[in-house]
Amino acid sequence: MKTLEFLIQRLAKAVMVVIGVVILNFLLIQLAPGDPAAVLAGEAGAGDEQFIAQLRAQFGLDQPLYVQLLSYLKNVIAGDLGFSYRNHVPVADLILERLPATLLLTGSAFVFSLVLGITLGVIAARRRGSIGDSVIMTGALVFYATPLFWVALMAVLVFSIHLDWLPPFDMETVGAGYTGWARVLDIAHHLILPAVTLGLFFTAVYTRLTRASMLEVMNLDFVKTARAKGVPRGRIIRRHVLRNAVLPVFTFASVQAGQLVGGAVLTETVFAWPGIGRLMFDALLQRDYPVLLGVFLVTATVVVAINLVTDLLYRIVDPRIEATG
Amino acid sequence: MNMSKRFIYGLVSLATIAMAGSSLAQNSPTPGGTLNMIAQPEPPVLMVGLNSQGPTLYVGGQIYQSLLSYGKDLKILPSLAKAWEASDDGLTYTFTLQDGVKWHDGKPFSADDVVFTADKFLREAHPRWRYIANTYVETITSPSPDKVIFKLKKPFSAFLYAFELSSFPVVPKHIYEGTDYRTNPANQTPIGTGPFKFKEWKRGSYIHLVKNEDYWKEGKPYLDELYFRIVPDAASRGVAFEKGAVDVLRGGDVEGFEVRRLSKLEGVTTTTEGWEMYSPLVFLQMNLRKAPFDNKLVRKAVMHAINREFIVKNVWFGLGEPATGPLASTTRFYTKDTTSYPFDLNAAKKLIAESGIKPQEHTIRLMPIPYGSQWDRMAEYVRQQLEQLGFKVNIQAVDAGGWSQALSDWNFDVTFNFTYQYGDPALGVARHYLSSNIIKGTPFGNNGGYSNSKVDELFLAAAEAVQTDQAAKAYAEAQKILTDEVPIGWLFEQRNVTIMRDKVKNLVRTGIGVNESMDEVWIAK
Repeated sequence: MKTLEFLIQRLAKAVMVVIGVVILNFLLIQLAPGDPAAVLAGEAGAGDEQFIAQLRAQFGLDQPLYVQLLSYLKNVIAGDLGFSYRNHVPVADLILERLPATLLLTGSAFVFSLVLGITLGVIAARRRGSIGDSVIMTGALVFYATPLFWVALMAVLVFSIHLDWLPPFDMETVGAGYTGWARVLDIAHHLILPAVTLGLFFTAVYTRLTRASMLEVMNLDFVKTARAKGVPRGRIIRRHVLRNAVLPVFTFASVQAGQLVGGAVLTETVFAWPGIGRLMFDALLQRDYPVLLGVFLVTATVVVAINLVTDLLYRIVDPRIEATG
Repeated sequence: MNMSKRFIYGLVSLATIAMAGSSLAQNSPTPGGTLNMIAQPEPPVLMVGLNSQGPTLYVGGQIYQSLLSYGKDLKILPSLAKAWEASDDGLTYTFTLQDGVKWHDGKPFSADDVVFTADKFLREAHPRWRYIANTYVETITSPSPDKVIFKLKKPFSAFLYAFELSSFPVVPKHIYEGTDYRTNPANQTPIGTGPFKFKEWKRGSYIHLVKNEDYWKEGKPYLDELYFRIVPDAASRGVAFEKGAVDVLRGGDVEGFEVRRLSKLEGVTTTTEGWEMYSPLVFLQMNLRKAPFDNKLVRKAVMHAINREFIVKNVWFGLGEPATGPLASTTRFYTKDTTSYPFDLNAAKKLIAESGIKPQEHTIRLMPIPYGSQWDRMAEYVRQQLEQLGFKVNIQAVDAGGWSQALSDWNFDVTFNFTYQYGDPALGVARHYLSSNIIKGTPFGNNGGYSNSKVDELFLAAAEAVQTDQAAKAYAEAQKILTDEVPIGWLFEQRNVTIMRDKVKNLVRTGIGVNESMDEVWIAK
């Protein structure tokens, strides 16, 4: 009962937050110099005042700001995200076309970094002070400190150009016409480099968090008790230490999960991955407001939803936490 | 000079030898094959009538066609029109259309489509054609399905140059008539008359075109498929060519320093041809409304202070020619007989002293056009040179939208810009100097605010000349006045390089280069 109440309360809040985000974004975008009509005319290489006025009228940009905002909100509530001036396509189509690629990339990076990060963290904590520990922690530090784009470029240089093991970019082999499992394998092959590159930073974070938190828990009395009782070491690590140490990792994972939709612009650019981050970036440069607002809306919704799920999951991960508003 | 000439001879003889060699092995086109290219940046739409950016033309030029095309020497060539004729008074132009042309959906192409394109579609949606149609054209009619007649209000000497792909793509009447052109869903599945048909566009990944089996040129095109890949990162585009994933790099696909490296790879051919119709000319746009650039002597000093050879050689890796005036040397009506501005800092300083302004009192905002690192380097160089004259200079970083807005609102001191010449000064050059073109709302008008009634008169006289030599005379005089007054700081003519694998044949055939229908392109096996 309590959970249900909590859920309803949080859902209501979530809706308010999303609406707030939409309004705020709408207003913020107006602050950027240049409007879509001017950019379009600029690209055409010419344009008289009348032409630009005509474009503005067509896009509804000649209306007062509050009228534009209200009509946008009304449309969004009705499920219509608007029409892209630049791409001449409905915004929802553009976003839906690009969303799966991003989710595949960020989702893979998420799983990769979580699994590898926790595993390495556990190993480092168990062998504290050993060579293995030093190697893992040095590696974590390096990837924690290295900018993503550089890792990406180096990865391409080593694994694609010199070793020729992995394709340097694209999501699948263009023009190969694979179907079924062949296509899945082809995409997986293309996925390795971008997913690993994107995931390395968080892998490093998880490794460090897991190790630190494990070491702290290992010194607590109940672990000593368990050891005194003669519980096997592996079981202590898994059941007693890791279970208690995983909370900070979980918190950080929810941060990473929040970036599932919008957080991969750089990786998508370097690896020519047809995701939503690039759509957003291009829309920003071209002042394609409806697309930009649409992407922001989707991103905000995902962040809010993930926060909600995280709050619920906290209670499972650590039953001591009370789920109250 | 001598050196470069010898170099060119060397290149020519090398090329001849190479051609002789390959023609022994293979000189007849073989049908079949796939050509891989890059569309950079990804075009927003492939409908050339609605967007005429480089990549849109590159891809869309395979789908849509215009009435005419133009050779590397700017000779007028047939395209959808097989013949054209101008009356002696320069007021009536008659085009005869090709026979047996069909749209990609099977509907026949006719003069009605051309009339609709000229009178309705482009007049509404195309900023350059709009201007021509509203200023010069009286009526557009089709007396028979294969003839279109344009009657003009007054002569326009550049009229036959207004039918290039980016200026006049012919669109299907049966798809667009009575619709809102911009929101018509058919924009996503373009229907043209060109050698290749639209197959698929996976946004963010690639655009796929396939052979048009019903193409109006018998036995063409040779190629089966075209892929235009979307690769947003410049380094990755270089890798794509190096690894053979793409066969062609269009000018601007890779950075200047990459051009050098990739050109030297084995089995690679390069050419700077195929840009004659556009002949982009890069210039320094100064705001003539404010001090110090309202002073002619200051502008002359700026011209002397900037070493344009240095810019071409060091910032642009030699891919250009220093500009001498408003017209590119590759276009019609260009004259060398003008005031020239050799690099000479002392002369520049003297002119500043003569002008009576105190440079240290002026802080100049220099706003580079946000098109990549080479433009930024050029801004740094220009800043350094202006500082040597005593000015204080701040570089003002903007993105494309901000640049466009600042220039359109005349809210700038100095910026870079460039102009496509479109084969005739009346189409690509005059717009930057005519006082009637001092309008807000576009970055490609007379944004500096230059106004000289004599120049206006000359441009007008040239545009309305019936005889070519009359136009030439007026343009020559206009160039003389302009180079003396320096309304714009001409920097250099861009020479864009197309890089391709040797096996790609016949790619750059005309003055519009890779935008030309690739119906003659073939791949050696």
